Amino acid sequence: MRELALNVMDVAQNSISAGASLIQLTVEEDSRADRLSITLEDNGCGMTEEQVKSVVDPFYTTRTTRKVGLGVPLFKMEAEMTGGSFAIRSQKGKGTVLTAVFVPSHVDMIPLGDIGGTVHLLITCNPERDFVFRRRRDGAEFALDTRELRQVLGESVPLNAPEVSQWIQGFLEEQTALLEGGN
Amino acid sequence: MKSLAELQAIRDKARAQVGLRSESGASVRVQVGMATCGIAAGARPVLNAFVEEVAKRNLHDIMVTQTGCIGICQYEPVVEVIEGDKKTTYVKMTAEKAVRVVNDHLVNGNVVTEYTIGANVQ
Repeated sequence: MRELALNVMDVAQNSISAGASLIQLTVEEDSRADRLSITLEDNGCGMTEEQVKSVVDPFYTTRTTRKVGLGVPLFKMEAEMTGGSFAIRSQKGKGTVLTAVFVPSHVDMIPLGDIGGTVHLLITCNPERDFVFRRRRDGAEFALDTRELRQVLGESVPLNAPEVSQWIQGFLEEQTALLEGGN
Repeated sequence: MKSLAELQAIRDKARAQVGLRSESGASVRVQVGMATCGIAAGARPVLNAFVEEVAKRNLHDIMVTQTGCIGICQYEPVVEVIEGDKKTTYVKMTAEKAVRVVNDHLVNGNVVTEYTIGANVQ
């Protein structure tokens, strides 16, 4: 993958397949500690201990259409390649938390990329689910919680209505520019 | 700056239009394959183009969504347009092709035959 944001898009699909109604993504950068962490937490169907162990194996998948599942193994490899780490905690029936930690100065670091764009697409394509996106960078931060947007919009206007989708995209672009520009 | 007040305005405008919008033809679903294979082949710019173009043209009866791997990874990025029981499968898509599919197919009802899987089997 060329951007970590694409990996996030990919592994978020697992949360969606797990039937999660709330997916929380936190991206935290600390340049002094040379650390970038990505945490994806869902309230989906979760996994058994056995499944958690095998999910990092590229030749494991719950799908029956074919025998490989590369999403999680790729993400893990990309984190470990930089000297970072990767962990999954999951509880059957409760949900899953996935954490990938990267060392940004490492030569094999893949750029974070357009993470706001990923969040925008996830929200627009899954208007019935809720997303919380938090982005922190050296003390500055912003957040987007679709439950708050829903409260303002009421039931008659879905999150994927064209005007709402454009608002979300604009909001994320503005906030990202503020955060990344304050360097 | 984007504010929640703007969202309120969007809601109020939408409420005023509710009567006008109902029964405006069958709804159409656009599904973009966003599994590992699709994303690696460049599906995100394609999905982005669909979302942006549909929003720009204010097409309310079209739902753009993502789907997993449908097993034809060599043809990714794959896009399925579903209208009732009719399905059109577009293969090897790009953002530019996506804009044309919105204009020709979704707006004007003409399938872009040259991008379909039928025209691209090897």
